[in-house]
Parts: sequence; C-alpha cells; structure tokens
Amino acid sequence: MTQTPHISVKDLNVQIGDNHLLKNININIPDKCITSIIGPSGCGKTTLLKSLNRLLDDIPDVQISGSVLVDGEDIYGPKTEVTHIRKKMGLLAQRPFPLPMSIYDNIAYGPRIHGIRGKTELNRLVEHYLKAVGLWEEVKHRLHGPASALSIGQQQRLCLARGLAVEPEIILGDESTSALDPISTKTIEDLLIKLKENYTIVLVTHILRQARRVSDYIIFVYMGQIIEFGPTEEVLLNPKEELTKDYVKGFIS
Amino acid sequence: MKIRLLKDKVIGTGMLTFSILSVSMVLLIGIGLYWRSLPILQNYSVWELISADTWRPLKGSFGFFPFIMGTLWVTGMSIVIAIPLCLLTAIYLSEYAPTRFKSIFLPMINMLAGIPPVIYGVWGVFFVVPIVQRYIAPFFVDFSTGFTVLAGSVVLAVMIFPLIVSIVVEVLQTIPKELREASLSLGATKWETIKKVILRKAMPGIIAAVVLAVSRAFGETIAVLMVCGNVPISPKSIFDPAYPLPALLANNFGEMMSVPLYDAALMFSALLLFVIILIFNVISRMILQKISIRNA
Repeated sequence: MTQTPHISVKDLNVQIGDNHLLKNININIPDKCITSIIGPSGCGKTTLLKSLNRLLDDIPDVQISGSVLVDGEDIYGPKTEVTHIRKKMGLLAQRPFPLPMSIYDNIAYGPRIHGIRGKTELNRLVEHYLKAVGLWEEVKHRLHGPASALSIGQQQRLCLARGLAVEPEIILGDESTSALDPISTKTIEDLLIKLKENYTIVLVTHILRQARRVSDYIIFVYMGQIIEFGPTEEVLLNPKEELTKDYVKGFIS
Repeated sequence: MKIRLLKDKVIGTGMLTFSILSVSMVLLIGIGLYWRSLPILQNYSVWELISADTWRPLKGSFGFFPFIMGTLWVTGMSIVIAIPLCLLTAIYLSEYAPTRFKSIFLPMINMLAGIPPVIYGVWGVFFVVPIVQRYIAPFFVDFSTGFTVLAGSVVLAVMIFPLIVSIVVEVLQTIPKELREASLSLGATKWETIKKVILRKAMPGIIAAVVLAVSRAFGETIAVLMVCGNVPISPKSIFDPAYPLPALLANNFGEMMSVPLYDAALMFSALLLFVIILIFNVISRMILQKISIRNA
C-alpha cells in the first residue's frame, strides 16, 4: 500500500453481552480511497463500520477494546471528545432518515450545531452542498418545504449533503443504496466516486458488483474476523483465502 | 364454505353496529344534557349564564362564570406543573435510564395511574393542603386555608403524570434509532439530538398525550373537590379557592331539587363541561394535524 492510512484499527474487539461480534480486527484504511467492507449478513460489517465513529457507545452491555486511530488520534482514548470524532465522519445509513424539518434546515442543522449562525454563510453552505450532491436544481424552489416530501433517492442525497455540510474527512456508508432504485443507486455511486478525491470513504455493502464498481480496496469479513484485505481486483478475481473464494463465487452468503 | 362467508359478514356488520352505537353515545349524551337544561335556557340566555358571576340559586341567580374559571384555573395550572415534569421523566426513562432501572420504574408509574382518585383526594387533604397553607402561601398572601387552586392543581398534576409519562415514553421509543444516529453522526450531543430532533419528531405524540391528560383533568371530580375549597367566586390567583364545574355537579346533585330551575342549572353545568371538553378536543386535533404535516 502506497498511501498513508487514514484510519488504523488495532486489536479491536467488540462484545455485546456474550456475543463476540468483532475479533482482533487489525486494518489500515487508506486515505482518499473507497474501501468496501463485504461479507455475509450478520458477519459484523456494520458493527465494524459503526465502531469507527463510536456509534456503538450507547448500546447497553457493549465492551470495546483495542484502538481506532484517525489521523493518529485514538478515538477511544480517554481524552477524546466523541462529538469531535463524529464531526470528522459523515454517516450514510441504509435508508434515508431526513431530520423532521425543512430541506434547508436539514443541511443547516450540522453547521448550526458547530456554531455557524450567519444567515449568508448558512445560505452559502446549503447551496454549496446541495449542488455537490446534484440536488440543488431539483429543490431550490422548495428549500423550506419538508424534507420528507422528497423521493427516497433524493432524500438519500440530502442525507449525504447533510453529512458533508459539517466538513468531515471520512464518509461511512452502511449499505447506503439498499433501499434505492437502480437509477438513484447509480447517482449515489457516481457521487461517491467523485467525492473520493477529497474524502476517505468506507462502505458496507452486500452487493459484490457494487463493491467492484466503486471500491479501490476490499475488506472481507466473516464471523467477526477479517479474512482478507487488498485491492478490489485482487480480492474479487484472485482471492488468496479459501473462504473469500467461496464467498465471491457465491458458495457462502 | 357458505357458513364461513356468512360468519364473516355477521361479524363485520356486528362490529359496525357496535361502533356506531358507542359513537352515538356522545351525541345522545349531548342531546340529553341539552334537553334537561332547556328550562334554564328558556329563562336566561347562554351568554347571561356563562358571564354572570353570582351563584345564588335560592334567589334565582345562576352565574356560571366562577365555575368555568375554577375549572380553567385548576386544569391549566395542573398542566403547567405536570408538563415539564412529565417530559423530563419520559425523556430520562426513554433516552438515558439503564434498562434495569426502566423496567422497575415504568411499572411503578403505571401503578400510580391505578390508584383511585379518592385516595389522591385524601392525600391532598392531609399532605398537599397543609404544605400549601403553612409553607407556600405565607410567602405570597396574608392568609390562606390551603384549600386552593394550587392544592387542586398539584393533586391533579400527580394524577395525570403517569398518563402523560407512559404515553410519551411509548412515543419516544417508536422513533427509529437511525434518526438518532443521523444526528449524532453530525457531531451533535445527545441533548442536542433530543431537543432538536427527537422532541420535534415526537411532538404530535406528546400533544396527543397532553390532550388526553387535559381532558381527564377537566373532568376529574372527587380528588379536586376535596382540596380546592369550593367557593363559588372566580379565583384571582393560585392561592384562592376554586369551584370547578364537576365539583359543583357532584356536591349538589340530588339536593335542593325543590329550588326552581336548580336541576336544570346543574344539567347546564354538565353541558358546559361537555362543550368545553369538546371544543378543546377539536382545537387540539386541528393543531395536531398542522404539526404532523409540518414535521412528518
């Protein structure tokens, strides 16, 4: 790997109750690339993703050990502020969850929380990020209408724009296209490819073709362990491990 | 085969009939009350009755204004007291409390709802009234018996507390986890998320809970009449006694029926209560609709 890693996971173990969800995860996620996490359902893909921005914290009985370094800073360190960590990473969930407010306020929500109050600045941010996800032309005449009135595909782009508006460095996508129709899926994929110039992107997906289309690197997770990690073509076309071979060929899913 | 289809039809029609019957009760009660209060309505105009503030049945003056004000004061104050407490409790139970704590606490709150009103009344007389009389009222007024709007609304607030809390907790728990995550992942704190996203999303449910509680508070009779003094004068502050409509009805029904127009007057007070609750429900339904559209 040539680039310096943006996220380094070291000896990460996650347990919820007696359930050992992630076992000894060690991974370096490269900067300004799209890395896909693939694997069968229930293998720990989403848990791994959520451990990256500490969304596991609120689950009762969760035990997390090991460290996750983002830009060299341990996000599980005792002095780390969780809001600061989360601001660095945008999350794009499985289905769009627009906040219960207008389109404009959805985008402005993050910046407002982080102290931006000026009307002109907020207007500029809203326009800028809606343009960045190609939504501006579609919604500019109804910015103050409810976000829930948009189509699902538009809502997901709105959620992406909302995440970008807090100026993160990393985008985490949790099967972000699974609720979308093929055209909206394509729009989101194209956007992600465009965005990787400026962002490190980590996606969870169960669609191998999608992983192949968009990602530079692939992490294959099985039963809470990382089985294989490498450049997309290598993992998908020329896997080293038997388990990966079986998964890629469709023997296990 | 035929029998199964017949059953289907019978059950369907049966349920429809019972639904219509139970809904028509509202109408029937309204009509019944109106019919029984006709004698007084033929002698005085509605406006005269609800705006006059002397209540001397023996002299033929029937002013309902003090009772209407009594009802509004006691109910209004109880809501003012209950809403912040209920919201904070519900938010704590739903968002912050550990599961174990919640599983002990929620059933206890529901148990509060099952205590008979008369027990709240007794508790009010022996506990709330003396506290108001000795420790609260002296700071604000020269003299108070303790049997006041404040005592009534504290007792009422405690009574509607479990109702609001259990509904609001229920509402908060239906809000998807992902919506919280969406806000948190933008770097919002838990409190910011609750204040700006969760409560907003839950607003229609919260309003529905409050509406239900207010409707209940309007009609609560025995516990209120035991503690709020029952003096037919419009209260000017929370340290004045009040005489709410349900208390008027309960205290006097069956007595002094020989006084002319008296029973019609009491029926009219019931009709008033009925109309107040009806108007309140219609207005809150309209507000609710507006909010659900805006916040969907």
